[in-house]
Amino acid sequence: MTLRRAAMHYLKLVLKNLFRHRLRSALTVTGLVVAILAFGLLQTVVQAWYAGADMASASRLITRNATSLVFPLPIYYRERIKAIDGVKAVAVSNWFGGIYKDQSYGNFFPQFAVDDEVWFDLFPEFRTRPEELLAWKKDQQGAMVGRQLADEHGFKVGDTIPIKGTIFPGVWEFHVDGIFEPRDDATITRQMYFHWDYLNEQMKKLFPKRAEYAGLFVVQIADPGRAAEISQAIDKEFRNSLAETLTETEKAFQLGFVAQTETIVMAVRVVSFVVILIIFAVVANTMAMTARERLSEYATLKALGFDPAFVAALILGESVALTTLGGILGIALTFPVAAAFKSLLSAVFPVFNVAPQTVALQALAALGVGLAAGLLPSIRAARVRIVEGLRYIG
Amino acid sequence: MAERPIVSIAHLSKSYRRGGEDVPVLRDITLDIARGEFIALMGPSGSGKSTLLNLIAGIDKPDAGTLLVDGDDITRLSEAELADWRAAHVGFVFQFYNLMPVLDAFENVELPLMLTALSRRERRARVETALALVGLSDRMEHNPNELSGGQQQRVAIARAIIADPTIIVADEPTGDLDRKSAEDVLALLRRLNGEMGKTIIMVSHDPHAVESAERVMHLEKGELVPDVVPAQAKTPGGFPSARE
Repeated sequence: MTLRRAAMHYLKLVLKNLFRHRLRSALTVTGLVVAILAFGLLQTVVQAWYAGADMASASRLITRNATSLVFPLPIYYRERIKAIDGVKAVAVSNWFGGIYKDQSYGNFFPQFAVDDEVWFDLFPEFRTRPEELLAWKKDQQGAMVGRQLADEHGFKVGDTIPIKGTIFPGVWEFHVDGIFEPRDDATITRQMYFHWDYLNEQMKKLFPKRAEYAGLFVVQIADPGRAAEISQAIDKEFRNSLAETLTETEKAFQLGFVAQTETIVMAVRVVSFVVILIIFAVVANTMAMTARERLSEYATLKALGFDPAFVAALILGESVALTTLGGILGIALTFPVAAAFKSLLSAVFPVFNVAPQTVALQALAALGVGLAAGLLPSIRAARVRIVEGLRYIG
Repeated sequence: MAERPIVSIAHLSKSYRRGGEDVPVLRDITLDIARGEFIALMGPSGSGKSTLLNLIAGIDKPDAGTLLVDGDDITRLSEAELADWRAAHVGFVFQFYNLMPVLDAFENVELPLMLTALSRRERRARVETALALVGLSDRMEHNPNELSGGQQQRVAIARAIIADPTIIVADEPTGDLDRKSAEDVLALLRRLNGEMGKTIIMVSHDPHAVESAERVMHLEKGELVPDVVPAQAKTPGGFPSARE
């Protein structure tokens, strides 16, 4: 049998067998679609959890209070950090934690008080318009709003956003001076930045003891290869002071937040693989049932002179064809469902993109399930004694 | 000099293991079948007739003895060699037709040719001839479930002859058919034997069916009892054998 003819004949048999029990095939494919879709979404959830860390730059360090993030650092640290060898720029950042409209999840978004002079130089992943940036720097109550946040709430340049402070009491009004754009899909733009100086001036008036403090410092370094050395130098600078520092890379800092919910992430990851395990059991059962019903056909093929490997490949091929079909549909559905998921849960997952590696994992899972589910039935069919197989009534 | 038998069996034995014991199914069978002969194997259930047919067809292996088919000792062949040998030398007709349900009549008949080097055009010509021979030229694109039992068995016979095998083995070919269809199938087998000189070895319970054979061998408890020649074969109206 020439290879081409064998392949054509083989494919014809596989495809015809695939749709032999339409209801059974349809139900199995439906199960596969749901499983591959669920697997893809859960994997995307895990990746979304790490979105902040993925966005981190290797040339940025974070210096915070060594005791805890909730304790601030004196603002004068900024100049001393700037003086350390290897440091290019330093920016202060304070978590504001205010409430917009109400405390509902949909209205929550992060606000930070930052250094207007250098902030957007430190974060080139945020694209600003020069005239907007200039307007913001001149406006004490000005704010720069991320594109995603602006789109969600309909914020436009010129709008005023009233925010009720929780950490910093009072109702604060911010003018939208500009909207910054994300560099790519992985960049989070669901936040608002305003002047640290504005916050500090208000604190001086209302709570003088709370003025002149920074939540943390973002440190830009010239050489990412020297990150560990510079981190140590910064922390050494403030050793034995009233507020000792802890400096780490931005990625490590972000991962620290993820670590607080590590168990949840692990659970999501485990569930995603359990879904695949369940669908494997379903497909394996389908293929075992299919192969058992057709034992006499396989025996007939063997009696006619077909190789046992051909018989095995028929079952394996059908199993893989089934899971490939389910896999393709599942992967295709992942994108619109992830988009819907993103619009519903943007407050939790500002970045919720189906990564290429997720699609690769989905394809691999579908293929793996197909091969594993078809393996035992195919071996059994290949090994069946012709005489016994011919007697079998499926 | 007498022509060499197409099937030559000597001291063939076969037993199956059941419940931890070896149960003999065939004992010391010695039998020659001539080229172009139509032979029927009869016997009660469990007599070993199907086992003997399976051994001759190369889908089972004996415990002892020799079994030559057209000069090849098939007891010495490996599984892979046996598969190739079956493809070239044996045409199968089963009681329940054993057609592939997803393939139409044409594709079912074409199946054994997939193991040959014939071109698509050659295969088509052969399949059309075979289906014409069994009277199913107008049913080529029908799937088995669209055919009657008799028609399905005729498709199976077309499949059995398509690769021009050395022998045709038929295991209860009329066992699942009504009398009319059974008679059509038997007539077809007689025609293959008489006009085309095909060697046919048939197992049947049906006394009417075995009347088509030139020679009837009886098996009882795994042993052959002396040859019986059907009365019909002795009359002027009897069916001619290929050797006549």
